[in-house]
Amino acid sequence: MARIGFLEGSIHGFLEALEHALESEELAKRRGLLQGLDPRVKLLGILALIVAATTSQRLTVIGAEVLLAIGLALASHIPLRTLMVRTWLGALAFTGLIAAPAIFLTPGLVLWHVPLLEWPVTAAGIRTAAYLISRVETAATLSMLLVLSTPWTHLLKALRVLRAPVVLVVVLGMTYRYILLLIGTAREIFESRRSRRVGGLDTGQQRRIAISAAGVLLSKTMYFSGEVYLAMQSRGFRGDAYVLDEFRMDRRNWSWLSLLVAASAGAMWAGRH
Amino acid sequence: MAGPLFEVQNVRYCYERVVALDGATLTLPAGLRLALLGANGSGKSTLLRLLDALYFAESGAVRFEGETLTEERFDDESFEFDFRRRVGMVFQNPDVQLFNPSVFDEVAFGPLQLRWPAAEIRKRVEATLEGLQITHLKDRAPHRLSGGEKKRVAIASVLILDPQVLLLDEPTAALDPQSQSQMIETISGWKDSGRTVVTATHDLNILEEIADHCFVFRAGRVAAEGTPAEILDNEELLRQTGLLHSHRHIHKSGEVHSHPHRHHDHRF
Repeated sequence: MARIGFLEGSIHGFLEALEHALESEELAKRRGLLQGLDPRVKLLGILALIVAATTSQRLTVIGAEVLLAIGLALASHIPLRTLMVRTWLGALAFTGLIAAPAIFLTPGLVLWHVPLLEWPVTAAGIRTAAYLISRVETAATLSMLLVLSTPWTHLLKALRVLRAPVVLVVVLGMTYRYILLLIGTAREIFESRRSRRVGGLDTGQQRRIAISAAGVLLSKTMYFSGEVYLAMQSRGFRGDAYVLDEFRMDRRNWSWLSLLVAASAGAMWAGRH
Repeated sequence: MAGPLFEVQNVRYCYERVVALDGATLTLPAGLRLALLGANGSGKSTLLRLLDALYFAESGAVRFEGETLTEERFDDESFEFDFRRRVGMVFQNPDVQLFNPSVFDEVAFGPLQLRWPAAEIRKRVEATLEGLQITHLKDRAPHRLSGGEKKRVAIASVLILDPQVLLLDEPTAALDPQSQSQMIETISGWKDSGRTVVTATHDLNILEEIADHCFVFRAGRVAAEGTPAEILDNEELLRQTGLLHSHRHIHKSGEVHSHPHRHHDHRF
């Protein structure tokens, strides 16, 4: 079988990641605490908790928010393993790389020296790294809870509560709709080329194939966008975007919004210097 | 036959240098199910787009209830809204037509553009989905639907406006046999509904079920018209217009035999 090139491999990976993300909509359909709330309540409440976590000056407060997030996940039937795999490990790996130098470079009380390298590990450095990692982990966990408990289409519409322009909501919705289709087309282009290829290709040939595939995909995209515009026009589109909100606030939603905002305000107060 | 709904008079339309319609002239009466028959590239899909005022004739005229369809006429918002509500088109590729992130949003798109009240839109979306028996798809993303489901959602997205005229571009193309049969059943159900249904197709097999009258296209103009039975009986016409092909098979004796063949022959 012919070897998969870098670009082709990247497209495969991107498509798989997107498919994976779409699978998470299954979690959004479960009957749980967060799934039962109005998306606007979740968006505002979780945003407030993220602001509180990122501004907190106390690790105990950030830790309390992590516990709150875990509680929300359990009450929403979102497996902790999913959170761990998709959020905690990834966030730790990326933030750890950024935070690691601070452990050695931040001036302060030296607690220990790394054997052989003799790099000093300072208390202030550990504290700085701990704040960075814990804030990122908390914000990522809360964001993931929002994404996993809300269908993407509802989340987009909920953006309007933050005064996002209607046209932005519509364009994001269409992007979501077509990105899979176009990536699928790109994959088919590469697969059809691979099925007719014998032996390996040198870097230059691979580059030429990648460029020509990009050109073909671009021309297909242009054709498709023209057709989509005609289909929109056919149903009365004249350049202005409209969306239909399906959300309704009830007493339960107001109560949860108040609770989440109060918890965030409490965390901000408790997390002061 | 009822009075004319669309009049197409000596219309020419080109895609850059490729001529799609060249002197097409026909009259489409109201209230009938009409078929535009022709091989690929004969101009039938282009004509549908002209009838839906997505394209405009380079020369000649397309008239809807006596009114000539021009770009300038569609600058008038009230005229465009009235036309779009009364004339709906289902595209050949449903992925083109289903551009919203959910089926609910898709079906609600047309009425939203025409500024219907929100409560009315919700009610009509529910009723339309129910009518086509696709309520269970309401919250699904269009890219997760099967070909047949996509076609039904595409039809729902147009039917919600209760159009007087429905333009269907190859409605059974690329569908599995069961979805094809459902689609034919839906179109057959519009017989005597008072709605004008114009279907562009090259599938002779479904002709009698979906049409009361046919126009056969060749090289961008109408080569013939008549009832489905008249058209299907005219073997010479079908051969000339590329709707009939030769069928080759091997007899038990080993002799290869070839004769004209249309899929209509296989109907029981």
